[in-house]
Amino acid sequence: MILPRLALRNLLGAGLRTWLNILVLSFSFVAIIAIQGMLQGMNEQVAQAMIDVEYGGGQFWHRMYDPYDPLTLHDAHAPLDPAVSEQVSRGNAASVLIVQGSMSVRGRLRTLLIKGIDPRQTILRFPSSLLKQENGIIPAIVGARMAKSAGISKGDQVTLQWRDAKGTFDARDVVIAGIFSTSVQTVDNNQVWLPLETLRQLARMENEATLVVTRHGSAVHTSDSTWQFKETEFLLSDIREVVRSKSISSSIMYTILLLLAMLAIFDTQVLSVWRRRKEIGTLMALGMTRLNVIILFTLEGAMHGVLAGLLAAAYGIPLLGMFARSGWELPAMTESYGFAVGERLFPVFTIGLVVGTTLLVLVVTTIVSYLPVRRIAKLKATDALRGKFS
Amino acid sequence: MHTEPLIRTEHLTKTYPMGETPLVALNDVSLVFQRGEFSGIVGPSGSGKTTLLNIIGTLDAPTSGTAIVLGESVGALSHVDAAHVRNKHIGFIFQTFNLLPVYTVYENVEFPLLLLGVRAPERKKMVMESLALVGLADRANSRPHQLSGGESQRVAICRAIVKRPALILADEPTANLDAANSHNILKTMKMLNTDLGITFLFSTHDEKVIQYLERKIRLVDGRVDADERMTASAGVRP
Repeated sequence: MILPRLALRNLLGAGLRTWLNILVLSFSFVAIIAIQGMLQGMNEQVAQAMIDVEYGGGQFWHRMYDPYDPLTLHDAHAPLDPAVSEQVSRGNAASVLIVQGSMSVRGRLRTLLIKGIDPRQTILRFPSSLLKQENGIIPAIVGARMAKSAGISKGDQVTLQWRDAKGTFDARDVVIAGIFSTSVQTVDNNQVWLPLETLRQLARMENEATLVVTRHGSAVHTSDSTWQFKETEFLLSDIREVVRSKSISSSIMYTILLLLAMLAIFDTQVLSVWRRRKEIGTLMALGMTRLNVIILFTLEGAMHGVLAGLLAAAYGIPLLGMFARSGWELPAMTESYGFAVGERLFPVFTIGLVVGTTLLVLVVTTIVSYLPVRRIAKLKATDALRGKFS
Repeated sequence: MHTEPLIRTEHLTKTYPMGETPLVALNDVSLVFQRGEFSGIVGPSGSGKTTLLNIIGTLDAPTSGTAIVLGESVGALSHVDAAHVRNKHIGFIFQTFNLLPVYTVYENVEFPLLLLGVRAPERKKMVMESLALVGLADRANSRPHQLSGGESQRVAICRAIVKRPALILADEPTANLDAANSHNILKTMKMLNTDLGITFLFSTHDEKVIQYLERKIRLVDGRVDADERMTASAGVRP
């Protein structure tokens, strides 16, 4: 225990230089945790929004359905398996029918997806209740992005065109019954929502669906190979990949920050070994082994990390705590991220993140502290006492 | 009764590689020092005084010959064993004091005891006793930069004696001190030699130090030129 005590004594005795290094390293600590916390928050926020608004507790897909290939939609529909159908009628699942079509707004034609959903469904946090049909008017709802890009407002009448199951082209006027705001762009971009039964009739796909969203926690099974169940994690895998790619680019930033801090530590250690070579000789003369001198100097460097952690905790915990509570208002351009970040990002700071970051910084600091100190192993005490390097 | 000498060197030679012709720092040095001696190696710069002290202090190893210090053959000691011998049995006093700058006087003196693993209460007692011996008990909390040259060297002496070593090696201990401080320091060392029985071995070419020596070994070009016993101890000189 003597070496850590001596190391701390030496470190604190070095005064301002020590505190400047510790301050810089503590910035890295806080910045790494903040960035990682934001990514963690983004990951959780996006996943939760997708589950709430689109994925539910998992989805049954028609075996032909490929969300990335609209051309599969023509064949990706079938009547529901009785077991699934029963769950739909119990409210444990909600059918969604997807048809490719186009929309004519003020004479301009635009290709889109027409989606049908039961207005009474309660599985997804999605304003499907606006689709309740009254007075023979076909209601439709669109997301705010879609409304903005198409230039439509609530109450507008637009013409939808599609090709039904028999291959016949048909068209009908619908009224925009509502415009909803959502962070989940995959239920917003370039699509219009109609009541499920209406779309089934229009497309001549009675009792059919393209996919079925299940309620979280409900056990819906089918042996029908037409319907393939997709777990929530599978559905989220793409978005997780996107977040991961964002985290890689962010990690470059904190790697640079960490490198700058480590450069300061490395520099301090090089200077320390150089300036204190007479002291090293004295320590050896007093009976300290070379190994102990190396450990002492390495500990001095590594303790920068420990003290930086304490300093970072002193100002970082209140700062990041406030950040976690109030969140970060995202600029409008984050819509171009392509996933459901929302208007405000709430970072998540887990114990694992804090402990992991602390360990990372401590390990890296220790390694960086050790590298310049290795040369002591070759230093002769007699040379060191004369202020020379062997 | 036969007693083993504290230090014995036989045909001790130390050479340093220097181009094609190696530099001979010590050449066939054979000496014996008994416990309790107050001796000095004198000679001009480059005569090999410090090299001999370094070998006796287990900081360096001989090229050939033997150096037996406290029963241990210096050339055969590993780095760790040599450090252990220094830590336990040998105290050093340097020309430039070599105090650890960020430590207080107390902490500097305490340092060898920390390495020896002496327990805190005993450590405190030993440090304060040693500081009292050199008259620095009231400067225990001072930092080295707050001390005069004489005080710094007394702290260095204190650090050397605190563990009650068998041997203290002092390399030009008065080179950075004025005459008055030099005499004070030397009196202190002589007193410690007499009272505590610690063997002192100096390396010096300072006449003030030579006056105090009981035995003077003169080195010239790495060889023992003369080995004289002084007729009277100078420890009582004013």
